[in-house]
Amino acid sequence: MSHDSVQRDRPWLMRTYSGHSSAKASNELYRTNLSKGQTGLSVAFDLPTQTGYDSDHPLARGEVGKVGVPINHIGDMLALFDQIPLGQMNTSMTINATAPWLLALYVAVAEQQGVDPSELQGTTQNDLLKEYLSRGTYIFPPQPSVRLTTDLIAYTVQHIPKWNPTNICSYHLQEAGATPTQELAYALCTATAILDAVQASGQIDPESFQHVVGRISFFVNAGIRFIEEMCKMRAFTRMWNSLVRDRYGVEDPKLSRFRYGVQVNSLGLTESQPENNVQRIVLEMLAVTLSKSARARAIQLPAWNEALGLPRPWDQQWALRMQQVLALETDLLEYGDIFDGSPVIEAKVEELINGAQAEMARIAERGGMVACIESGYVKRELVQSHTQRMRAIELGDLKIVGVNCHRKTAESSLTASADSIMQVDPLAEEEQIASLVAFRKTRDQSRVKATLESLRIAALNGSNIMPASIECARAGVTTGEWSEVLREIFGEYRAPTGVDIASTSEDNGEAMQALRGRVRQTGEAIGRPLRLLIGKPGLDGHSNGAEQIAVKGRDAGFEIVYEGIRLTPAQIARAAQEEGVHLIGLSVLSGSHLALVDDIYRELDALGCDALPIVIGGIIPESDAQALKQKGVKAVFTPKDVDMNAIMHTIVDVIRQAHALPMDR
Amino acid sequence: MQESDVTQLAEEIHRADRRALATALNLLDNRLPAQQARAGKLLAALCASGIPSTSRLIGITGPPGVGKSSLTAALIAVWRRRGLSVGVLAVDPSSPISGGALLGDRLRMHQSAKDDGVFIRSLSSRGEFGGLSTEVWPMGLLMLCAFDVVLVETVGVGQREVDVAMRCDTTCFVAQPGSGDSIQFLKAGILEVPHVLVVNKHDMGAHAERTLSELAGAMTGEHPDGDWHVPVLATSATEHTGIEALADALEAHHASLRQRGVVESLREQHQAHWIIKRLANEFGSAGIARLGGEQALLAALCLEGGDPFTQYSRYRQQLDVRPVGNPQQ
Repeated sequence: MSHDSVQRDRPWLMRTYSGHSSAKASNELYRTNLSKGQTGLSVAFDLPTQTGYDSDHPLARGEVGKVGVPINHIGDMLALFDQIPLGQMNTSMTINATAPWLLALYVAVAEQQGVDPSELQGTTQNDLLKEYLSRGTYIFPPQPSVRLTTDLIAYTVQHIPKWNPTNICSYHLQEAGATPTQELAYALCTATAILDAVQASGQIDPESFQHVVGRISFFVNAGIRFIEEMCKMRAFTRMWNSLVRDRYGVEDPKLSRFRYGVQVNSLGLTESQPENNVQRIVLEMLAVTLSKSARARAIQLPAWNEALGLPRPWDQQWALRMQQVLALETDLLEYGDIFDGSPVIEAKVEELINGAQAEMARIAERGGMVACIESGYVKRELVQSHTQRMRAIELGDLKIVGVNCHRKTAESSLTASADSIMQVDPLAEEEQIASLVAFRKTRDQSRVKATLESLRIAALNGSNIMPASIECARAGVTTGEWSEVLREIFGEYRAPTGVDIASTSEDNGEAMQALRGRVRQTGEAIGRPLRLLIGKPGLDGHSNGAEQIAVKGRDAGFEIVYEGIRLTPAQIARAAQEEGVHLIGLSVLSGSHLALVDDIYRELDALGCDALPIVIGGIIPESDAQALKQKGVKAVFTPKDVDMNAIMHTIVDVIRQAHALPMDR
Repeated sequence: MQESDVTQLAEEIHRADRRALATALNLLDNRLPAQQARAGKLLAALCASGIPSTSRLIGITGPPGVGKSSLTAALIAVWRRRGLSVGVLAVDPSSPISGGALLGDRLRMHQSAKDDGVFIRSLSSRGEFGGLSTEVWPMGLLMLCAFDVVLVETVGVGQREVDVAMRCDTTCFVAQPGSGDSIQFLKAGILEVPHVLVVNKHDMGAHAERTLSELAGAMTGEHPDGDWHVPVLATSATEHTGIEALADALEAHHASLRQRGVVESLREQHQAHWIIKRLANEFGSAGIARLGGEQALLAALCLEGGDPFTQYSRYRQQLDVRPVGNPQQ
């Protein structure tokens, strides 16, 4: 029963993380979503755009328009926001290494639409520190990355005051395995590292600094343990309040508020019985909405079929409708905080705060967040936590319905047809490249050269990077050109992989012993210990899977060569030959598996290593799995393969087969 | 196993054919009797045509986290600019429980997938030889036939520095600034081992300066090998400073060895030590005693010469009647 007289809170911003194929196709999708009641935009960029390459760069092959929209220049950005008035829009951009550049393009588009940039509202994710720990779309080493982050913050606070210049992300930390206490600790340490850097940069006068603090927002994850997750949000709120008061002297409650947006957990979504993901998503949403005193300001929900591939518009609509039902139909927004005074909740919040403070103290002892990223400390802690989580799933201690219990299922009518996921137009990449090549010819080349030179000077002499970037945007500079100038000055970086953690002692069960026995005996039969190359080709930085296989493989007795993310097919083939491995295991989550596997076979052929067996893991639809096997791939693993022992046994099987050894199980 | 097959492989290795190198390294790693026999023939063929004394066999060691990989990367860049080809053997520890290992820091050392002048093979210590893999010696010989510089990189904590010095012509120890550990190692008798001392991360300022002066103070006089004064250098792999000077110092030591004409005899001694260590691993000190004791054996091995597998098999046969070729069983 509804009461018109009851005062209701204003609902949070409702968004759907989306973008694919091309600026034009994404623009159509955005306008459709807005007409369905979505109240903000959340732009997904493709990996070349996120890592600073034009669509025609060799490293972009197979990745253009896959996990988001390709934006090469102002022409693409204009098309992306065609008929969407930026003065009235609130746009969140998931962009990090190239955040200053994409914001510059956004400003340039606003100018062309006749909108005063100071009116713009929205968010640039702009949190590079978590990119070194999870997600992996960093380009430069940590120090210059922090500098670019602070430049963007200082610029927007002065010129685009309603902009959220950085969204400190605990979201991806959870995806990388963080426990709630780790999430709290690492996100807050990241926030202080960035705020300290802004303060140290001297770009903001001390009186205005509290407004910088007031613009810091967070991007948080909500997992299925929704009570604990809700307590985590209450802990975040409380810790942030006291942190900004004690460290930066911010007393104004408006400026010390913990403002956060949410994407609920995608890691926990399952490929088997994917319809169950709907109730997972709804429960996870409760964690960030139930507490009025710690409620999200913006929510985006994943689609039920994300573990299968790219969601279709209808899948995204379903996710939006979940939010709308909660906000508009239920009575949630009619009450004050319904947990204030609960001793159970209070105790849990206290426990989380204490745990997080202890970890924050350890970070401080080790020289702060940047130092702990460079040394690999934080990454190892995350890999360790994730390994424990995977082991708990494998042992059945952590229950996942439809995956490690209650697996028997009737056929799902949702997945019966092959087109239950979105297929990216295979011609999208070609068309994007053609339009890029055409665009380059229309530019005033001397202006492009001059603005890039100004960018170079700003990067070298420490001036704020934004004004020069906006000039570049207006002049028609491309994403690749902007990034290349900075690459030359700042250099590129490879983050620690974190897989060098100690073996856990509990990992001595019978199943593990049996596996080690097979690995050892197979090595003896071949004449030398079994060696695996774990390769992450392409631009995708989601390395959880590769890391877990590397750790498990080492514990099973394999000699593992793992070099982290973003390897070229040529680097993989060469490493396989030089290291004399028995098998290559690839991990690809960006959807570009078919093109990458072709390229790797070609490189192996050229080296005379064509007989090396390959297995692959990733988000790979069944039809693609068949295609990969026809190309010669020996095994395809997807998110439903949670039994890591079984994966290892399959790898041994493949190696035995390649050496004509009899099957021993 | 056809003789011609091995001869051809040896020829290809002298030409630094990458595929042949990979095949041969796998072969040297293989413990099946037939493959060991084949590996022996390959090494015999390579040794018969002479392991070039113009090629440098350099060991680089130091505590974990000291920046050996980035230093190696910086050195590789310098050597490549100087027109020298580089082979790397990178040794990582293996798990004593599972035998498994996480190998390599390849991309930190060398990114390019196009440069044929660099070849990196990672090895796990496999719980042997105090942290150095048994395969380091034969693989090092093989790489010397193909590359101008062969670099053995290993995590050194105490004993391992001695081990790497017993396999290489030139040993470089990398010290961590601001940590007393390196000084402690060096004072504990290992001071006599390295030919070049490096304080990396010189960008760390005062810490590095202190370590530098401590080391310089600790190093007095000549290296026990004679005719070589041990330089103490400062480098910063991240800021690319001091790398040229380090490469120069390594080159100077190599030149000094060649000038004294001791490269071959040094390697003979190292090979003899390798064989004795392997025999001792398998048969204990009693076995070594049966062969006349370490000193006599050392002298005999150096006198005989030849390839390591043939020498090893000969003495092994004297101690054991089991079929030759599977020493690790």
